[in-house]
Amino acid sequence: MADVSFRDVTKEFPGATVAVDRLTLDIPDGEFMILVGPSGCGKTTALRLVAGLETATSGSIEIAGKNVTHLSPRDRDIAMVFQNYALYPHMTVYKNLAFGLRQRKTAKAEVDRRVTEVSAMLGLDELLARRPAQLSGGQRQRVAMGRALVREPKAFLLDEPLSNLDAKLRVQMRAELKRLHQQLNVTTIYVTHDQIEAMTLGDRLAVMSAGKLQQVGTPQDVYERPTNVFVAHFIGSPPMNLLQATVAEGRAQAGDLSVELPQVPEGPCIIGIRPDSLSLREPDDSRSALDFDIEVVEPLGGELLAHGSVNGHLASPDTREETPVLAADSESRAEITAKLDGRLRLKAGERVRLAVHPGEVYAFDAATGDALR
Amino acid sequence: MATDTLIRPDRPLDLEAVPDRRPRHWPFSPWHFFLIPLALIMLMPLIWSVITSLETASEAQRFPPVLIPKALHFSNYVDAWNSLPFGHFFLNSFLYSLATVAGNLLFCSLAAYAFARLRFVGSNLLFVLLLVTLMVPFQVVLIPTFLIVRHLGLIDSVGGLIVPNLCGVFGIFLLRQFFQSLPVELEEAARIDGASRLGVFLKIVLPLSAPVLATLAIIQFMWSWNDFLWPLIIITSPEHSPLQLGLSMFQGAHVTNWNLLMAGTVMSQIPMLAVFLFAQRWFIQSIAYTGIKQ
Ligand SMILES: Nc1ncnc2c1ncn2[C@@H]1O[C@H](COP(=O)(O)OP(=O)(O)OP(=O)(O)O)[C@@H](O)[C@H]1O
Ligand SMILES: [Mg+2]
Repeated sequence: MADVSFRDVTKEFPGATVAVDRLTLDIPDGEFMILVGPSGCGKTTALRLVAGLETATSGSIEIAGKNVTHLSPRDRDIAMVFQNYALYPHMTVYKNLAFGLRQRKTAKAEVDRRVTEVSAMLGLDELLARRPAQLSGGQRQRVAMGRALVREPKAFLLDEPLSNLDAKLRVQMRAELKRLHQQLNVTTIYVTHDQIEAMTLGDRLAVMSAGKLQQVGTPQDVYERPTNVFVAHFIGSPPMNLLQATVAEGRAQAGDLSVELPQVPEGPCIIGIRPDSLSLREPDDSRSALDFDIEVVEPLGGELLAHGSVNGHLASPDTREETPVLAADSESRAEITAKLDGRLRLKAGERVRLAVHPGEVYAFDAATGDALR
Repeated sequence: MATDTLIRPDRPLDLEAVPDRRPRHWPFSPWHFFLIPLALIMLMPLIWSVITSLETASEAQRFPPVLIPKALHFSNYVDAWNSLPFGHFFLNSFLYSLATVAGNLLFCSLAAYAFARLRFVGSNLLFVLLLVTLMVPFQVVLIPTFLIVRHLGLIDSVGGLIVPNLCGVFGIFLLRQFFQSLPVELEEAARIDGASRLGVFLKIVLPLSAPVLATLAIIQFMWSWNDFLWPLIIITSPEHSPLQLGLSMFQGAHVTNWNLLMAGTVMSQIPMLAVFLFAQRWFIQSIAYTGIKQ
């Protein structure tokens, strides 16, 4: 058990790919830290840097206060679960579990004790004599977890460990992972791009994009107070609706939506509205409204998703790609999504009036994408 | 799937429409009409040499060959064995083959692993250079090799046969291709589990490479066992001769004892046959393996 720290770590691959860009992140002892971000943002690379499978181009990595930047994987005392599990195909489950202990010259009786303990914990007792090829996907996943657990390492590194499982098993293993962490309390770094895993499993989230750390915080914190438009769009499903707006005299105008945003400076900005902040309630003094043409309705049971268009311009979460357009131009339509009460009977082609509370409207700088309040 | 297409309520049952690929009356494929004669043609030299080995000396001399001898002279085998030091020949051939198999397995796998997984300056260039030497015919390097072996004082000894053949480029190439196709995560997992580079190689890579190692062993065994040219160059005394060179002693300047020569040849092929039959399953599997990398 130990804390893990990235200190200004950069990893550059040949061909000028900067996979991890000046990452600084402290993961205290016992924390369950989730690394999320879109594909190719450098999550796996960050994990492999901790494992010692890649060497940082610059910066340093510390485990338990000790600089391990140049140590080999075997000297770091961490355990990793690979996305494809990487079980040794020529060894039985028992030998797979025991391999790490045997490498570290653990006494035979002790190896036996720990393998038995862990296999009981994960329900692998019956499978100890089998080879990986004779196991189901879920069982392989458990063996991979078990191989990490028996070592009793300083930290666990998990790279999308549930992504190869079917939906039901994933839910089950997710709960089991959480239980295991509560029981063992070992520092864990967990890479995923699954929203639900990210929100439910982690003590804290670290959101990455293009190798750069965007925000670190508890799941609620990151969801409620995203530091920039990228995080706002990435965390939350379905993603936040982003519209281009112009602020004048304390009000933001986006298409026919006009919201009171007193603290936001005058000029162009991006406003964000989560799909569940939109409702069909009658607009009153405290709420703003906008006309919404329903195109597709997706009932989810208790809730429904309505996809459709409103007057205005979409804003891209990647502000660099964007060319600012006049938000007042009423010709243009923007596609947005609303999450509404599932008991409503809405049909495609209908026009409804959506209301939103100004307190639930996010505002971001149009040029930098940083949150404005 | 067949039932799916057969029982479809929207269409009347049409048995004629279902193609039956098997011809009704022949228990074998028509291809056999072509393949069996071809196999016979390929087997002809082998059959001929076995027949010759059982004929009298005069029958064996005849041309066109006598394919149905009057009697089967199994005593030819005893005569052949007694007329030359076959015990020595077999021993030398076994020494030569087993030592080169061992050498190739050891050195080629180490070199191949380095080329497959370790990053070092000039590794690609070095590998290409090695491959280029595959295109150089043995005759070109024969004299330099001879000179080196003479410097080592190994002329006319089994050691002189073994040393230049301890590590071959073909083996390095074959194993490197295979090692590269192994999932790298297995090795990474083992390194995280605490294995050293050598430990990863010995405990993960080699056990997973059994089929390709068997292939290399067979190919090398066959090659050494059948090698004639190199022994011919450096071996002069019969007691250091391997089989193939020893057999040529039946070929005198004026007469050749064809029946004895063939008896010896048939005997010399028995170990080869045994090795091949024993390992052919692995052999074929991994030759196919090298073609389909993931
Ligand atoms: N060995 C490598 N050599 C060169 N470039 C690499 C290497 N490994 C990763 N990269 C590059 O580094 C960037 C980050 O890759 P990484 O695998 O860390 O992404 P990721 O966030 O794990 O993505 P995913 O969610 O798809 O797994 C990518 O642009 C990738 O192409
Ligand atoms: Mg990844």
